Amino acid sequence: MDVLDLARWQFGITTVYHFLMVPLTIGLSLLVAGMQTAWVRTGDRKYLAMTKFWGKLLLINFAMGVVTGIVQEFQFGMTWSAYSRFVGDVFGAPLAMEGLVAFFVESTFLGLWIFGWDRLPKKVHLACAWAFSLATIASAYFILAANSWMQHPVGAELVDGRPRLTSIWAVLGNNTVLAAFPHTIFGAFAVAGSFLVGIAAWHLWRRTEEGAVWRASVKLGTWVGVAAFAGLAVSGDVQGKLMFEQQPMKMAAAEALCHTEQPASFSVFAIGDVRRQDCESVKSVTVPALLSFLAHNDFSTEVKGIEDLVPMYQEKYGANYPEDPRLGELSGKPIDYVPNLPVTYWGFRLMIGFGALAAGAGLLVLWLTRGGRVPRGRWFRLLALGSIATPFLANSFGWIFTEMGRQPFVVVPNPSGVDGVWMFTARAVSSSTPGEVLTSLIALTLVYGVLACVEVFLVRRYVRAGVAGVLPAPGPDETKSDKGDDVLSFAY
Amino acid sequence: METFWFCVIALLWLGYLFLEGFDFGVGMLLPVLGRDEAERRVLINTIGPVWDGNEVWLLVAGGATFAAFPDWYASLFSSAYLPLTLFLLALIGRGVAFEYRGKVDSARWRRVWDTVIVAGSWTAALGVGLILSATVFGLPLDAAGDRVGSPFAAVSPETLLGAVAVAGYALVHGAVFLSLKTEGQVRLRARGLALKVAPFALLPLLVLLLTVQLRFGSAWTWAASIVVALAALGAYARLVLGREGQAFALMGVAVAATVAALFGALYPNVLPSTLDPAWSLTVAGAASSPYTLTVMTWVAGFGTPAVLVYQGWTYWVFRRRIGTRHIPPVHVPAGREP
Repeated sequence: MDVLDLARWQFGITTVYHFLMVPLTIGLSLLVAGMQTAWVRTGDRKYLAMTKFWGKLLLINFAMGVVTGIVQEFQFGMTWSAYSRFVGDVFGAPLAMEGLVAFFVESTFLGLWIFGWDRLPKKVHLACAWAFSLATIASAYFILAANSWMQHPVGAELVDGRPRLTSIWAVLGNNTVLAAFPHTIFGAFAVAGSFLVGIAAWHLWRRTEEGAVWRASVKLGTWVGVAAFAGLAVSGDVQGKLMFEQQPMKMAAAEALCHTEQPASFSVFAIGDVRRQDCESVKSVTVPALLSFLAHNDFSTEVKGIEDLVPMYQEKYGANYPEDPRLGELSGKPIDYVPNLPVTYWGFRLMIGFGALAAGAGLLVLWLTRGGRVPRGRWFRLLALGSIATPFLANSFGWIFTEMGRQPFVVVPNPSGVDGVWMFTARAVSSSTPGEVLTSLIALTLVYGVLACVEVFLVRRYVRAGVAGVLPAPGPDETKSDKGDDVLSFAY
Repeated sequence: METFWFCVIALLWLGYLFLEGFDFGVGMLLPVLGRDEAERRVLINTIGPVWDGNEVWLLVAGGATFAAFPDWYASLFSSAYLPLTLFLLALIGRGVAFEYRGKVDSARWRRVWDTVIVAGSWTAALGVGLILSATVFGLPLDAAGDRVGSPFAAVSPETLLGAVAVAGYALVHGAVFLSLKTEGQVRLRARGLALKVAPFALLPLLVLLLTVQLRFGSAWTWAASIVVALAALGAYARLVLGREGQAFALMGVAVAATVAALFGALYPNVLPSTLDPAWSLTVAGAASSPYTLTVMTWVAGFGTPAVLVYQGWTYWVFRRRIGTRHIPPVHVPAGREP
């Protein structure tokens, strides 16, 4: 393994891992803020219990999101220094904005929210929850603006061999981010919805105390999840059409579409190996003309296949890597413009499949628990807990598809302009020694692995304990100490 | 414009050192000042609501360096790869430990996380010092800004001195902070410890400043270094008299003057090359384009005051001293239900 492979593995592992926490934080924080609003407005203890219970799980998860996010911010400079030098003028700005405008708000107001129970006036405390949750959405926007620029560079010109920012509004208003942002946020709500449904349904199945809390959670989670899935379908379609235009090779790879077709059929799933040894299409179950429609809203249009795209890319961006010792084995070798087909093809399908499963499971649970019914069978427990994982997997596969599908580029050339602003992944990596990257890869993976076990252990514990674990039972002895001593109602 | 952003980066580092400095210190002193579980919880809860917000100063310092001086960010972070990795691992452990420590009611569980907090706080404080002093003393960079030589190039006698200097400062700063934020036994112990160790713990910082001064110094960085010494002495004197608030403020003056001296000595470089001065990264050479800096100036112009206001408000909300009598009983899920 050379530095490039190690660095890519490290980026992949740390990013996918970080993004297990992120969508749950985004989705759950807004739902918790909503629960708390319901409590403040109605005074119904059910909503307080929901706020406390789901809020606690949110915190356990957020801690991990924070610490893994630091790695995300630093590893551009550490492992991808050539990339950082090349794109810093453009790419650094949204990243810095995320910290200054969004993440400061998140961390500060979350601290206020955790420790501010009973210390702050009720409405101020509620405002802290909203400030925190809205800031997570702002964070997502800035980070996605940065990522979208890599997928589709805009608002820059090439000066002295480097992209130079010409319009921050173009970067922040990039049509790629306008499509990716809703898709990602809906994805976050899908995760939060399934999380609520799965855990609450399990409690209903166990006939835990506080049934009203769990029934309300199932209802909320299902509707959020279903709405999110509808949003995902629509936003995903918009994103897909843009991608056909901006990254034709990525979409051809997503379909493992070897030959240009007109009209092009959509492959539902394939049997066998989708690798392109001789570009002989594998047996796959297809829907005629659907791909044409997905690409261009028209059932009869042509969709370019890999065979035709490769020469176009070679002509535009070169057939061989330059002779450069920094490129290692790749120096002077032909450039492979085709992303890893099995990964893109299956990543795309698993993303959609797991997303659909999540929405279906939510609806099924809602229907099974209608009117206060709860199935008694053990299969229901499996359904509830199993459905939690599905949107997480969909999110992970979505990102794996997005990032693997842009290879061999780290900054994908914009087909309709911005001359010269693109970069091969092979040229982006630092001049570190393989030993350094291997060390950090092993260390981070080990620590992440241990922490994953710890987080799951804690979440399980809090889930099992239910409301009692976060809220003392209401009793007549609710005496308040005198105000002067009431420094902390919550403490670590 | 570039110089202005150089000052902004220095300010972000100052915010980071001043704020996270004391919460490193609290973590480092956890086993020393917290004799029992209640006292340890007092210590952790002095920083509980704020440590995460303090840490964002580092993230923003990193992000702002990326945006305003991409070459600086790229060369420093890739050259100091292994120390940074260790530093990140320390921050990861520490952050998770604060949140998870109290989530299970078991002495063994807490002991494990306490160890992580202590080790993480020490490692992170040493790491900040190492990286900051590597920036000032320079790294063996070639013409392309890449490190030449071993992965441990960032570890030298000077940078180790810098590491110990920042850790020593964090130790004292944390103890002074605790004497200001706690009551009863913990407060007395924190003050006693600060008075006892300050002369030794702050010595590396003064030696570091003297070393920097002799190597790169100018008249006004001399002045800044002298301010550090005076502020440290002043803080000590105020602490003797029990004026903890003033002592803490003077520690703030000391760290501000430290940052001024270090970055003043660094200017007009942002990262010197120890191989050839011609290869040093400079404020002018490593900076982003004027347009990017203008955009960032607008963002910082609106963002920074807002941050100061709401972070200040947090400290105001949680301004009271904490003592063992304020610590609520543990309320966490029991392990096994009947």
